Amino acid sequence: MSARDRILARLRGNQPAQADALPDLAAHYTPRARGEAKAARLARFRTGIEGFHAEVHVSREADWPALLARLCADKQVGTLMYGANTPAGQRLTGAGCGATTLRPWAGQVEDIKADLFHRVDAGFTQARGAIAETGSLILWSSAEEPRTLSLVPPIHFALLDAATIHPTFYDALVSENWAAGLPTNALLISGPSKTADIQQTLAYGAHGPKELVVIVINAEGDAA
Amino acid sequence: MSTQAPNTTGQPIAFVSAQALRARMHDAVNDPHLRQSFRGAMDFLMAKRAAQFPDEGELDSLRSLSESIRQYSLSKLPDLLEQLEANLIRNGVHVHWAETPDEANAIMLGIARRHQAKLVVKGKSMVSEEIEFNHAMEAAGVGALESDMGEYIVQLAGEKPSHIIMPAIHQTKQQIAKLFAEHIPGVDYTDNVDALIQIGRRVLREKFEIADIGLSGVNFAVAETGTLCLVENEGNGRMCTTVPKVHIAITGIEKVVEKLEHVAPLFSILTRSATGQAVSTYFNMISGPRRGGDRDGPEEVHLVLLDNGRSQAYADEQLRKTLQCIRCGACMNHCPVYTRIGGHAYGTTYPGPIGKIVSPHMMGLEQTHLLPTASSLCGACGEVCPVKIPIPELLIRLRGEAQSAPHANPAMVGQGAGYDAKVSLLWKLWARLYARPATYRAFTWLATRFRFLTPKQQSGWTAARTPLKPAPRRLRDMVKDRR
Ligand code: SF4
Repeated sequence: MSARDRILARLRGNQPAQADALPDLAAHYTPRARGEAKAARLARFRTGIEGFHAEVHVSREADWPALLARLCADKQVGTLMYGANTPAGQRLTGAGCGATTLRPWAGQVEDIKADLFHRVDAGFTQARGAIAETGSLILWSSAEEPRTLSLVPPIHFALLDAATIHPTFYDALVSENWAAGLPTNALLISGPSKTADIQQTLAYGAHGPKELVVIVINAEGDAA
Repeated sequence: MSTQAPNTTGQPIAFVSAQALRARMHDAVNDPHLRQSFRGAMDFLMAKRAAQFPDEGELDSLRSLSESIRQYSLSKLPDLLEQLEANLIRNGVHVHWAETPDEANAIMLGIARRHQAKLVVKGKSMVSEEIEFNHAMEAAGVGALESDMGEYIVQLAGEKPSHIIMPAIHQTKQQIAKLFAEHIPGVDYTDNVDALIQIGRRVLREKFEIADIGLSGVNFAVAETGTLCLVENEGNGRMCTTVPKVHIAITGIEKVVEKLEHVAPLFSILTRSATGQAVSTYFNMISGPRRGGDRDGPEEVHLVLLDNGRSQAYADEQLRKTLQCIRCGACMNHCPVYTRIGGHAYGTTYPGPIGKIVSPHMMGLEQTHLLPTASSLCGACGEVCPVKIPIPELLIRLRGEAQSAPHANPAMVGQGAGYDAKVSLLWKLWARLYARPATYRAFTWLATRFRFLTPKQQSGWTAARTPLKPAPRRLRDMVKDRR
């Protein structure tokens, strides 16, 4: 008998005859749903993530590449890496990024690892959505926007469509039925990396990005 | 400072003997610096948690929901483990099972050898502390480097974590500054916290880049999707699970939940109870190695499922509740004993109330029977536990297991380890006496008349208190006089 079989046999031998009833999550979350309009959800998201030291900028759809270029200039970003084949990436390729060099992610991470760690100043990704309750961005990794793009460079820029802000994490994963198919990596991000491991003193820029900058588009109107 | 003692399965595990517990507690309470740092840190964490739950009703509802999710998951544990395994394998993850710390270490060493690994970078994992992973790797010539800032500090100092969430809580920034200046080449003394963190960042980034293997723990494992969830603030967990070619995750068998939606309330109550954060900086859901068009991520992902006494707790309906734990640390933050003695005095990997109820299953009561007695049963731990583990009840149960006469088919390894025939006889007589009004009356009558015979030395009681002495008059007599 293997370790697996022995462990499972011990558990099976002592398992309750009847499993407990399936917990009713809706009973907790439904009465707490706020039925907020888009603007209210955005406001809560913004308060939340700004509280975690992220920067939030709202932009008209047409203007975000210019805003990004300005922010890159302010922060003296020499090289910005991004995924070129997403809708946002194509816009960026077309618009350019001012004096900042745009570098599309190319190949496997092994091909660009040294640059990613030492020469890329910022990474740009789209956000899949966000969570109003906690001020969190939702990112799903993809071939176009790999996991390290939002992790290794010292600054992370994220583009968020205000229509994709969910009230809670629960709402996000239930309404989009995440359980039917998750990517290799799904991620919630709430601010730049931080630690309070030295005498409970909060310090930013622990191991991940030192700055998180969110550009919100489609904030106008109330059509969710 | 630790000695080697066998655990339930005969594995060596760094542990200071049970008898030394009292001595260590004595030393700890007499160290004003230590008491001050823990008092300050615990006050801070308690206030932060309280601020997260301004609404009692919300907290009650979320606690009940979280408790029911954990109990539901445990009621289906073997089924969920099999479902988890099947879905992980479908996702391309290798699944390993280990009954003992030795087995777990051997599995991971095997993986390291196959990849000719020289360096393992570690995200925070209490299970890896439980199995003494770093020692096992070092003994085999593989470097194991902690990358969580707190764990990194503790490793530099050659210590073990003193808190499950804030490992270096016992160290002051001046101590850490000295440690860095002594151990990291080219670093001058600075006790500026931002500067210290940037030093740690620089040193560890080099290691993330070159490490062969990344190790992590798991906060929740989702059976229906084959997903491993990690909660963290620093980003080192993401580094360890994303950059090296191989990712090994290790977890206790109890961490599984059935549905992805089950992690939403558990994650929320975990960060709020632990550090008083509405949410952690990162919540990382990993469902496999690099595949399809992925351009990064590890090429191999392994999960090691560890038993190490958990199935013993599972076998008993009451003790099973121990496994509901989501390792938030709130019970230690609110514990008056932990606050006064700190995490190291316990001598176990998991300190505080959770340590007292879980360590006996991992190490046997022989080594741990004094732990459940290191409690005033004030009930604070049970009150704050986000999954409503009745910790005080379990402490009483474990005292019973330890102090009852050894019998056949015990619920726990080491049952009866604290049994003392004389003490037990004394209590039995006392119970008899107390249970019968006539004998009790006679006893109290005699006690008041012969009170001058009470000894001045009353063993443990008089160590720190004045001796007990029966009152000159019984309550019943005083009541009678009044009428
Ligand atoms: S026993 Fe409860 S309070 Fe203590 S660490 Fe576990 S979940 Fe948290």
